[in-house]
Order: sequence, then structure tokens, then C-alpha cells
Amino acid sequence: MNKELKILGVVAAFTLILYWGVEPFAHSQMHKHVEGHGLVYDGTADIEEASKDKKEAKKKFWAEVKEIAKLKGDPVAGEATYAMCAGCHNENATNMGGVTPPSLEHAGAIYDKNFLIALIKDPAMATNVDHKYPNGTDAHPMGSVKGMVNTPQDIANVVAYLKAKKAGEVTPKEAFKEACSRCHANRYGKLTQLGEIPKTKPNIKTGQDIEKIEYDKKVAIEQNALADYLGKLPPDLSIIYRARSEHFLETFIENPQSQLPGTAMPRTGLNHEGMEKVMAYLEETGDPSAPARALAGPWVLGFFLIFTILAYLWKQSQWRDLH
Amino acid sequence: MSNRRDFMGMALGGFTALGGIGALYAMKRTWDPLPSVKAAGFTTIDLKDAQENVLVTEKWRGKPIFILKQSKEMVEKAKKSDELKRLIKIGDEYYMVAVGLCTHLGCIPGYDSGKQSFLCACHGGQYDSTAMVTKAPPPRGLDIPPFRIDGTKIVLGEEGPEYKKMLADGITMKV
Amino acid sequence: MAHFEKANSINEWLDQRIGINTIKRVMQTEYWIPKNINFLWAMGMVLAATFGLLLVSGIFLLMYYQPNTELAFDSVNYTIMTEVGYGWLWRHIHGVGASVVFLVIYIHMFTGIYYGSYKRGRELIWISGMLLFVLFSAEAFSGYMLPWGQMSYWAGMVITNLFSGGSLHADGLVEWIRGDYVPGQAFLGRFFMLHVLLMPLAIIGAIVFHFGTLRIPHVNNQDGEEIDFEESARLWKEGKRAESKVIPFSPVFLSKDVFVMGVYFILFFYLVFYHFEFAMDPVNFDPADGLKTPTHIYPEWYFLWSYEILRPFPTDPGLVAFGIAQVIFFLLPFLDRSPNVAPASRRGLFNFWFWALLIDMIVLTFMGKLPPEGIWSTIGLVAAITFFVLWIALPIITKLEKKL
Repeated sequence: MNKELKILGVVAAFTLILYWGVEPFAHSQMHKHVEGHGLVYDGTADIEEASKDKKEAKKKFWAEVKEIAKLKGDPVAGEATYAMCAGCHNENATNMGGVTPPSLEHAGAIYDKNFLIALIKDPAMATNVDHKYPNGTDAHPMGSVKGMVNTPQDIANVVAYLKAKKAGEVTPKEAFKEACSRCHANRYGKLTQLGEIPKTKPNIKTGQDIEKIEYDKKVAIEQNALADYLGKLPPDLSIIYRARSEHFLETFIENPQSQLPGTAMPRTGLNHEGMEKVMAYLEETGDPSAPARALAGPWVLGFFLIFTILAYLWKQSQWRDLH
Repeated sequence: MSNRRDFMGMALGGFTALGGIGALYAMKRTWDPLPSVKAAGFTTIDLKDAQENVLVTEKWRGKPIFILKQSKEMVEKAKKSDELKRLIKIGDEYYMVAVGLCTHLGCIPGYDSGKQSFLCACHGGQYDSTAMVTKAPPPRGLDIPPFRIDGTKIVLGEEGPEYKKMLADGITMKV
Repeated sequence: MAHFEKANSINEWLDQRIGINTIKRVMQTEYWIPKNINFLWAMGMVLAATFGLLLVSGIFLLMYYQPNTELAFDSVNYTIMTEVGYGWLWRHIHGVGASVVFLVIYIHMFTGIYYGSYKRGRELIWISGMLLFVLFSAEAFSGYMLPWGQMSYWAGMVITNLFSGGSLHADGLVEWIRGDYVPGQAFLGRFFMLHVLLMPLAIIGAIVFHFGTLRIPHVNNQDGEEIDFEESARLWKEGKRAESKVIPFSPVFLSKDVFVMGVYFILFFYLVFYHFEFAMDPVNFDPADGLKTPTHIYPEWYFLWSYEILRPFPTDPGLVAFGIAQVIFFLLPFLDRSPNVAPASRRGLFNFWFWALLIDMIVLTFMGKLPPEGIWSTIGLVAAITFFVLWIALPIITKLEKKL
């Protein structure tokens, strides 16, 4: 008996060492750990990563954002100013400069206040993609906002309006649609860059589904525009939850440049609620069997525990008088 | 080896069988039709452009569905032979809506608008304009799919009150 | 026609026609196993059980998998994982099983090496076992292609490129294997055929052969003792069970087997439900993209030692070294020149050789996973050279071994 335990110990030790080397150790060598910033958008990461010639500009920018954040915003005045935003951010939004403006229906709920201020002040700087605009950040698709909402008080008002009136209960799917799906499709969730895939019926005589063909064409045109604008088509996020670790996803979404320097993906500015909801949706489409696993696991393990006990008793009864 | 000694063996065997039943259940569920298949089991058909005595064929759950708008004389004939209850009334119009598979062995019967009757080429079964069987071997009239009336449209796959009444009166079996 | 009497029971009726009682005696109640064994002797049945799980889970996956490059990825990751009732369970069992089966194969193999179970009459057991290792490797590789993720595609690209033979530039051969210039539909289709039909049939045949090669030499024991099976069987049948050195396979050996399997299943299903990333690598959850190589490509863990023998050398020597490493284990019964059948602890230098080989293969495994840079590639080179030094040393060490 003792001998068998010793042998088991040796086998277990070698197995665990093997596992350690191949999994945790190897992965720590392949992927350097990146620290998150707790979803605080104050430019710390941007300034740290910036090249020498850009550091000063960034420090100035985020200092100004901090000043605006101290102002008391008036949501009523903000609503009037918001009418300018709604000119592009509405239900009939079309592709502008490569991407279709997302809905802001729950913007107050899912985005961070400082980020929103920074975004209205200078979208390219706020989203940390200013390195893509060497000739000035006005060229950003949303760059024109700088001319439309430009006084600190105006910005504070609009953000106050968003936080007051566009901050209702938001579902994981809505959070994903607003923050991600203008660039990233999610086919398992039946979402394209143009929204939910409509149900269509083919012509019974020919099998041709004209409605579907026309929808697919619209999506293809949108995807081509996105790929031209960004350099490549952003990946479908259906199963990204299993293709990357949760830590990678959170630090990446918080600041894409920290994980993939030079990437065209803009920072999304999600706050804690927004991040939670988006991650919940990604888990929904990427790991939908998680609840079923959690339910069945204890039963199966419990079964085998009892099985092993009964097997041990049977083994004892068979071997009792053999030694 | 006495039976007494092998009590543990039998206990183990019995317990293992329980696990086997669990595994068989999981295997059975794997064979179940997928949710996307079941969700596709609803089809909406708009009847407003249908023409009298012109057979329209639609598809529901992969099966052909016959729709025949009844003419005045068809309605009179149906009233006389007490077959009005086989038809769906929408506004002032009557429609025959049935699964286009012969209730004998499943071939699709052909419609003759001159004779206003169906003939199944496989074994010679015949049905009238309300899809009631008129010549053997089919055992009953064409089955009526579950439907719900929605204005001038019908939604196949849902059970409206008219359909439930047809079931209760024995006019059709569940499809 | 042979003469048949009226049977008095179902058992007798069957015995008259197909000899079930004889079968039962030969395969179960009078198939003698030494008593002097430990739980490592159960690894064979554990492998059979795991293969069974792979077969059953594979059958249900096969119902929904689509072997088409456009549909494969989603047929697995959407249809099977989301829509199919318990589809996720079969997929997890299959993925975890494919990885764990190799852990058990290596334990089973090294048990055989340690106790000398490849010597003196048992050479074919060893060779048929190594054949099973090769067949399982082919089965695992072909299976990994099927989800058509990034790792599937690029592993397929890299491994089929090996067949160009370095300086031989046998590109025509590589294209023939793929059925195309790059891994595509033809490639997926043929590996699907191999994985689902040909390899499983070959494996089942090889298992039957493996069992067949065991029958006459009988199973080994912890001391390598040559047991008089006739004598011990007689003692057992006379009721002198404590004195007999053997036990019948069924029900006595089986009862120990089943207990070990129970413990194994607890660990196995723990992995299936709670800890499976090691078996389902995240890189393969990116759909295959022929225009983008992942930053890190690596084979599954059980191929890493072999991969690392290929990597540190220049192309042609590397291919030669790799080729030798695949077949050298087959030659073990003939490279071991000592007559001793005993546990390694009693075999002097062979004991050192055993542990050195085991540790060397673990080091090779680690290095095979790490990026081939800096100190890792140096260690990898040293470990690969050590591997060959050990095998060259084996005939010398064992020739010098004192007879026990």
C-alpha cells in the first residue's frame, strides 16, 4: 500500500511538473503581463506609451480634460447641444468616413465621464489613435465635433445630459451593439455591422431570397468601407471569449495600444458597468454552455466519487484473502 | 465464488447502470431537433392575393402546404355535404389550407382545376375541393396544419382558436 | 452436423453453439495475472476506457460536424457547442480525452521501460504498443485539423512541409499529400476520412493484436520474476489462493482495474468540466486564416519533445534526427543487451538511464513549447543531443550490466 502511494506520488509529481512547464510557465514567457488601469481614463497610459514628441501634447490634453470634468454640467442646455450629435448618431445613420456612427442610447450608462469629455474634445486623442493622423486629428471621422461643441461648458453640458438622460437600464446585447458592433460583427449573436440579421423567406418557386441577398450586399459594402478605413476588417467577436483570456480582453478594450501597439482600434471608454455588460455578452455568445457545465459538473463528479467508493469496496472483497 | 461475496460487485454494477442511464439520456438529447430547426417552424402566408380555384403551394417545416381559395360553387357544395367546417373563413372568403401530402403514404397529390379535385398518382387516392377524401386508399382527408389567423394572413405553426376547434371536432389530426 | 443434446439453460444453449464457457475461461476466469503488481498495471484498461470515451463522444460529434472549410469552424463552435443538446459535453470529453490519453500512454510506456516488460518474449507486446503510439499520434494530428482554427491550419501547413525533405525539395510530394498547394478543402476532407474511419479501424485492429501478443508471455510483475503459471493456476484452482502467485483476470484483477478507473474518472471529469484550456488551446478559437500566421504556433503538448528534436538543428540534420527519434523506441528490445528482466532500480546504470531519459524528454517538452530564442534554444539543443547520446549509450550500458 505504501509502495503504491509512493509510486502515485512520483507519477503525480512528474505530471504536475509537466503541466506547469507546458502551460503556466510557457504562457508567462510567451505573453508578457500587461497591467490594466482600473478603467480610469486620465491619460496615464497614453502619456507613458507616447513617443517623445507627442508626450507634451498628450499631457496638455488630459490636463484640460481634467479641468472640464470639474465644471458643473447643465443637462437641459446639454440636450439642446446634443441635437448636433443626433444629426449623425441616429437610427438612420449611414457610413461616414469608413464607419457608421453608433447609437448613443445608453452612452451615459456604459461610458466613463472623463472619456466622454475627452472624446467630444478630440476623438482621436481620446481614443488613442492620434498616431494614425499625422496631419492633424481633424481628419478623424468624428473630427468635425471639435468645431461643433467646443467650449468647455458646452462639453460639460452634453456629458451631463448623457449621464442624466441616456443612462437607463442596458442589456449586455445593447452594450455590445452600442460600443462594439459598428466595427465588430457577432455572427453567433446574429449581429452584423448593420445590426440584427433580419428574418427573410426565399421565393418558393426558385429558392432565391432577394431580401437576404440585398441585406448581405449592404453588409459587404459596409465591411469593405471599414476595412479600407481601418486597414483590415475587425474580427468577428462571436467566440473571442474563448480565444483570449479575460485579462487580455479587459486590458485590450481599456487601451488597445497596450496589447497591440500601432493598432487601428480606438479605445472604447467603457466604465465598469459597460465593461461588465460587454463581457457578459461576449461570454453569452462565446461560452454559452458555461451554465450547463456548472449545473452538470457536481452531479457527474459526485457519481464517480460514489462509483469509486463502491469499486474500492468490491476490490477489497475480492482481494481480502489473497495476501 | 458465492453470491454473498459478490454483493459488492452487484451493487457496483447496479450503480454503474444508473450512470449508463444518465449517459443514454444525454445521447438522446443530442439527437433532438436543434432549436434553430424548431424556431424555423413558423411561416406567415398572406392570402389576400389568392385567386379562386387556383392552387397555391407554400412550404412549412419542409412540407408542401396547399392553399385553395374556394369559389362560390365550391362553398355551396361544401355547405351541402357539411364540409364547411374543413375550411378557414377570413372575412367573406373561404380557403382550404392543408398539408399537401397524401394521408396514405405521403406522396404529393396533383390538383385538377377542371374537375376541382385532387388525384394522388401513387395509388389513385382522390380528394374533393375541401381536401376531404373521396376515393381510397387514403384513410382520411388531407391534414390541416396548426394556424392562427392574423388579418388577411395566417401564421402556420401557431395554434389559433379556429384551429383548436378543428382539432376538438376531429376534423384533423395533429400534424 | 455435430451432435446436439437438449440444453437445460440459456448458458448451456449458448455454450453448445459458440463455446461461451470456454471463451469465459480463456479470457476471464482462467486468464492468469500475477498478484505482484501495482496500480500502474491498470493503465492498459484506463487507455481502453479512454479510447472508448473518445469513440462514443466522437460518434455524437460526427452527427453534426461539417467537413467543409467554410462550415467546419462554426459547425463545432456554434452548432455543437450551442445548439446540440449536450453537444458541449461531447466536445469537452473528446478534447480533454485526446490530451489525457497521451498522458496515460506515456505513463504506460515508461512503466513498461522501467519494469523491463519489453524483453525476453515480450518484444511484440512492446512493438505493437509502439505501433499504437504512432497510430494514436496520426489520429490526434488528423483530428486536430478538423475544427479548422488557426492552429489547425498552420499545424497542417508546417507538418506537411516536413515531407518536402529539406534539401530534397519534394514539393510535389507535399502537394500530393495536401491535394492542393496549401491546406484547403481537399486536405480537410482526407484528414476527416483518416480521423473518422481509417485510423480508428487501424487502432482497433492494433489493440486486438496488442492483446494477442500478451496472451502467451503473460503480463509482467513488479520483480520481473519468471512465474510458473501452470503451477500457480493449479494452486488457485485448488483453493490455495494466498499461496498462488496469480489471480484470475476476472473478477479479481478487474476489481482493482475498476477501482483505479474510478479514481481516474474523477480526475478526468474534473478536467472536462472545470479545467480544459490545456486541451483546447485558445489559438484554435480563431478561424483559420491562410494569410496570417499566429505569433506562437506549437503542437499539442504530447508532440513537443519530438518537435524540439527537429528545431535546434539545421534543416536536413534536423529532419534526420526527427526521423530517428520517431523509430528509436521501437528498437528498445534489441538495443537493451542485458538479460535481466527486473525493475530499473535493481539494474545499476540502467536506472540512471531511465530517469535521465524521462527528465530529458520533459526538458525537451518544455523547450518545444517556448519560443526558440536565447537560453531556451540552447537548452533545447543540449537536451536534443542528450537524447541521442542516451540511446547510443544504451547498448553499452546494458552490455556491461551484471546478471541478476
